[in-house]
Amino acid sequence: MCKQEFLEQLSRGLYGLPQEDIEERVSFYSEMIDDQVEEGISEAEAVCALGSVEEIVAQVVAEVPLTRIAKERVKTKRKLSSGEIILLTLGSPIWLSLLIAALAVVFSLYISLWAVIVSLWSVFVSFFVCTICCVLACFVLFFSGNGIAGAFSLCAGLVLAGLTIFMFYGCFAATKGTAILTKKIIIWIKNCFIRKEEV
Amino acid sequence: MDIQLKRGLLDVCVLAAIKNEDSYGYKIIKDLKPYIELSQSTLYTILKRLETAHMLTVHTVEHDGRLRKYYHITEEGIKRIDDFKNEWNEILTIYRFVVKEDEEDV
Repeated sequence: MCKQEFLEQLSRGLYGLPQEDIEERVSFYSEMIDDQVEEGISEAEAVCALGSVEEIVAQVVAEVPLTRIAKERVKTKRKLSSGEIILLTLGSPIWLSLLIAALAVVFSLYISLWAVIVSLWSVFVSFFVCTICCVLACFVLFFSGNGIAGAFSLCAGLVLAGLTIFMFYGCFAATKGTAILTKKIIIWIKNCFIRKEEV
Repeated sequence: MDIQLKRGLLDVCVLAAIKNEDSYGYKIIKDLKPYIELSQSTLYTILKRLETAHMLTVHTVEHDGRLRKYYHITEEGIKRIDDFKNEWNEILTIYRFVVKEDEEDV
């Protein structure tokens, strides 16, 4: 692949990002290739050393914050005509409420995902507190001469202690999984913004 | 190597590469090559991060009929290198302890 081809593919792949970001990256890679050519390396080899365009695009998508991409998308590419402005204003009771509803649904789905995590951790805390209570109750019962109830309380405490340990690992894995899922969803949304323009 | 550790090391390496004189992208990679492998796209990310953190500034110089970006270290960047050297002394002390304990086990 020649330099021009590579740079064109790269700017096409990054379409959807703010224009200045694209230009800055393209000029960086262009300079890199020129410097290598100056050292006597062939243009094709220099381009090859940069890695594939897909890899670079994937890295950029992971690095650029979602808000920056979204802001760029919201910017209108041309001025709206007066007819369109009137239509948008008249239609606002419909589209605005639909938009708010859609955002609310997405937001509540996300919140409920984390609510599951929070409730799992609360179960963990309750198990832990119950364990301590059972052990304390066991001492009180033994000293007040109620041996059987004391032994029962101790057994219950041990079972709860085991559950607490299991629960901890479960909660930890669930939290980690949700965090990874969130990251993947964000990258997926970013890709939606960028890839749509590529076609 | 641990990603966080490598990230911190790369930042300091790039700063060290421009400490004595201003340098440009390809030269930084060439200068660091004997010590640490650095891809061109990673270098871009690091330079951007250091610029945002005011550890370096960028200026453009005309070279052979085209423009080339030169990176210049700031006071803040020099301080980062000094901090790194101090941190490293602490890490070395811990490293020596770990090695010593490990050898005693064998």
